[in-house]
Amino acid sequence: MSVNSVPPAATSTVAAGGARPPLPRRRWKRQHVVGMLFVLPAALYVLTFQFVPVIYGLVLSFTDYTPLRRGGPDFVGLENYAGLLTDPEYGNALLVTGRYVLTVLPITVAIALILALLVNRPFRGVGIFRSALYLPHIVSLTSVSLVWLWMYSQNGLVNEVLNLFGATDQLWLLDPESALNAASAMRIWKALGSNMVLLLAGLQSIPNELYEAGRVDGAGRWALFRYITLPGLRPMLVYVVVMDIIYLSQGFAEIFILTRGGPLGSTTTVNYLIYTEAFQYNDFGSASAMAFVLFALIIGFSVLSVRSLVGRQK
Amino acid sequence: MIFLYLLSFLVLVPFMWMISIAFTPEEQAFGQVALIPTDPTLGNFETAWIDANIFRAMTNSAIVALTVVLSNSVIAVMAGYAFAMLPFRGSFAVFVTIISTTAIPVSVTLIPLFLMARGIPLAGGNDIFGQGGSGLLDTLAGVMLPYLVLPMNIFLARQYFSMAPTELAEAARIDGAGEWAIFARIYLPLARPLIAVVAVFSFVGVWDDFLWPLVVTNSAEAQTVQLALARFLATGNIQYGPLMAGAVLATIPVVILFLFNQRAFVSGLADGSVKG
Repeated sequence: MSVNSVPPAATSTVAAGGARPPLPRRRWKRQHVVGMLFVLPAALYVLTFQFVPVIYGLVLSFTDYTPLRRGGPDFVGLENYAGLLTDPEYGNALLVTGRYVLTVLPITVAIALILALLVNRPFRGVGIFRSALYLPHIVSLTSVSLVWLWMYSQNGLVNEVLNLFGATDQLWLLDPESALNAASAMRIWKALGSNMVLLLAGLQSIPNELYEAGRVDGAGRWALFRYITLPGLRPMLVYVVVMDIIYLSQGFAEIFILTRGGPLGSTTTVNYLIYTEAFQYNDFGSASAMAFVLFALIIGFSVLSVRSLVGRQK
Repeated sequence: MIFLYLLSFLVLVPFMWMISIAFTPEEQAFGQVALIPTDPTLGNFETAWIDANIFRAMTNSAIVALTVVLSNSVIAVMAGYAFAMLPFRGSFAVFVTIISTTAIPVSVTLIPLFLMARGIPLAGGNDIFGQGGSGLLDTLAGVMLPYLVLPMNIFLARQYFSMAPTELAEAARIDGAGEWAIFARIYLPLARPLIAVVAVFSFVGVWDDFLWPLVVTNSAEAQTVQLALARFLATGNIQYGPLMAGAVLATIPVVILFLFNQRAFVSGLADGSVKG
């Protein structure tokens, strides 16, 4: 599901465009009430299906609970969290997830940035390129994973192409050495389009006058890129990186289709482990603890990456 | 420039083969597959239709996605409108709080939502306390439950209406129109671009979703199209032909939506969303 977040450009317009001039006093009270009534259904829904589950999940993470038993959850304190510290599977899943994010993210962002720069110039048919590159983004992870499953199979496209260069057939998804990289390659392909479109929006928000002024001052192409494009792109770049961290660290559908977490746990991401722990081993308490540790790590790394990207500016 | 041509081609390659395998006879699909099938067939689509239950699953996905689109177009858009046009004390704090939920990982709310869906009172054999039955598990209502109001759409609506002119509302108020009429008769009909973005994003998000439907459904009667594909993959030997045929069918609705609404896709994305 595309549970989305708010990009930097958008938040600034919120601040700018949000405030309305004060209303005439007589009308004010009635509109105040009507406004609340308009918001109420949505607010109640978000409260019930977003906030309540988070609290509920946090409570569950301190309990021993299996859904098969109709009795309530048993409070066990920090036992689930303590268990994770010594759980080699969870440690492995964190490493796999970390490797996955660190492989996909830099490559995707780098290629997407080059592509954004290329399609930012007006030329005949630029729209076709933008659409083509964006296509993998809208097709479901399930469908594209099925195609890549074939591409990585014995007689699949990857082996066929490599055969042309004299390589022997390899079972990419069945080898612990290559399985995660194979999944990463697919995810890079899938994520290029959305990253490109966002970075393109970032590029187009940089005022043209800056470039003109730069040229007047005799700046070359590299200098323009280094001193105008990159700084101007920074807010969007931060947003793209944070969003990528949030989404990539939750990899699930592609793993479910391509490898089922195997071979030998080499592609078991945290979300895949949580799914098996909760819905195959019916351990809701420990699965909830796993989810909250992941949540904390995602927030931590997002804050870290924002700090390092913004900090470089100063 | 060459880089651009090469990469666009590489990006499209998997789709070319997806289509070609869908039309390749099953007995040839395990060898080296030609890009243009030598003797094209519709047999894979037949298998996908019958063995993978793809039609039933697509109908389910369509029902779920369209319901989610409808409820978001009303409830989420209405809230976004109020945040922009009818602000009240504390409304900005409420707005920010709602939007902050978009950063919550799916796995955090997955288990609680599952238990909540099971415990909906008076549904699926449950008593008034939500006990005894299966609630909304394995129903389409259960699949749509978490998505009927998506915070992202509230954000998009607020964005849109905070740039809309206020004069129309002021004039209508002087004429004695009620706030609901001003919203429903004046601003909502003018907000077609917004509705397009909300509809496209809600539809594609729900249509492509995998983890929640996987958890909440288990029968063929309630499964969505992505699940039908995954479950067909899990039954015995891998049959690439029917799988690709199913993937093609599952992709057609979003591609059609994309072709007719490219602007909505791109502006919606740039306005505030990205998904791996």
